[in-house]
Amino acid sequence: MASNSPKIPNIAELMDKIKSGKIFSEIAKEITESQVWTSAFRHGYADTPRNRVLQIASNVWLHLHPVKMHRHALRIKFTWCMGGITFLLFLSTVVTGVILMFYYRPVGEYAYYDMKYLQYDVPFGMLMRNMHRWAAHAMVITVWLHMFRVFLTGSYKPPREFNWVIGVFLVTFTLLLSFTGYLLPWDQLAMWAVTVGTNMARATPFLGNEGPFAEFVGATPRYDARSLLIGGSVVGPPALLRFYVLHCIFIPLIAGALMIVHFWRIRKDGGISGPL
Amino acid sequence: MAQAAAVPKKKVDGVPEKLHVWPYLVRLEFLCAIVTIVALAVWSILIDAPLEEAANPTKTPNPSKAPWYFLGLQDILVYFDPWFAGVVAPVLIIVGLMLIPYLDVNPKGNGYYTYHERKAAIWIYCFGFLVLWIALIIMGVFLRGPGWNLFMPWQYWDPHKVVALTSVDLPYAFGVRTYNGALLFGGVVIMGYFAIGTAVYFFLERKALKSVGFVRMFIKIQLLLIMVGIVIKIVLRLGFNIKYVWVTPWFNI
Repeated sequence: MASNSPKIPNIAELMDKIKSGKIFSEIAKEITESQVWTSAFRHGYADTPRNRVLQIASNVWLHLHPVKMHRHALRIKFTWCMGGITFLLFLSTVVTGVILMFYYRPVGEYAYYDMKYLQYDVPFGMLMRNMHRWAAHAMVITVWLHMFRVFLTGSYKPPREFNWVIGVFLVTFTLLLSFTGYLLPWDQLAMWAVTVGTNMARATPFLGNEGPFAEFVGATPRYDARSLLIGGSVVGPPALLRFYVLHCIFIPLIAGALMIVHFWRIRKDGGISGPL
Repeated sequence: MAQAAAVPKKKVDGVPEKLHVWPYLVRLEFLCAIVTIVALAVWSILIDAPLEEAANPTKTPNPSKAPWYFLGLQDILVYFDPWFAGVVAPVLIIVGLMLIPYLDVNPKGNGYYTYHERKAAIWIYCFGFLVLWIALIIMGVFLRGPGWNLFMPWQYWDPHKVVALTSVDLPYAFGVRTYNGALLFGGVVIMGYFAIGTAVYFFLERKALKSVGFVRMFIKIQLLLIMVGIVIKIVLRLGFNIKYVWVTPWFNI
């Protein structure tokens, strides 16, 4: 601490400092000039334009950003922040999902009891499961809102047409990720929701056994679009395994690859859209 | 809708047009991330994810509902056969969304909120998203009970509710009684709807043909006619008890 002689604080003076905001810089000064701080950090951060650029350009996590951007693109009223929140929720599901994978076996005999084990015996298991599920639901909502915002601002217009197309793929994969995860608890809610959903596949024109023109292709209940999806004619253990692999490996890899392209194209197409 | 030209409330005279991402954007992202994670954590602490009894293939719950985000599609199963509601409609939605940038050639309203410069586009998207997608989902989650029957929030979900199935096919309602006659009648109605709709659109927009192009306009009007057709079919079913418009040996519409 500095060697100031103790002073009785003057209330009016103190209020002035708080109102003008000077109090913060004084507190910061007290802290950064203390012996503890200076012993840990060898030099300070000079807030120069060069350093501001370097913070972005020489940081592997931040360098996806441009170093400078238009003022209007900072406004929450313009972006709603929905794209970023969707990505953050995706990352949350990845982290919590990996933790859940340590305890969950996608096998007909075990899956439901692993869920019970997760909820009642695993430390923070219930919290991890809740965060995973709610983040997935929230992600569906935020990705729709992101799409709505992008439409309302006309941001799909040239030169950003192709990034909109990738975005539509990402919306679809978000729904598919959520849908494949829906089966994994292996309870009544899961099994019948997925039964309702996958029953649609058997009505696929040409490729589903109950779909139009199926007789010309020779689709049967055991050999059509639906059986390809669920590995049988009913939602059973093979469907559980298929959905598990799709949910944990196949769709996240594809969605992740598309996200890389999506973010890269924002930069290449001239940053976040704005009035020309 | 927000105004066309954003009128800044705060004084921005001194602020340059371009700002450094560090610190201005990064700190905003950081704040957003904190708020989101805290909200998610609180939500997860307060409300548990559902886990019902173990999966049982011999016990079908009534109603059986798809995940909530697909309930709009499940709801149009009332009005369409599964090949359309469950397969063709979702594919058309995805493809139609992807085609938007290539069909909407209006150069205005690129990168700012405006209603007046692109009224049609805003109306079509809002109708599709808010009515045909969101409203149907809300209806599917809260108002559809056993037997996929409609229940008001104050009504008891009676699994034995009897709803008379009095719907008839459109040709029958018009007095066509033979199978081949109905086949022909339905075909003419469906084909006529698309042909006349397309012709009227091309006539009204004939001046735009040169600048917009035939293929673009043709695809645009087909997608719009399908979207409007879904609404017409819903109205026909709810208001006039019409089941199918066109019955063929291979598919029914």
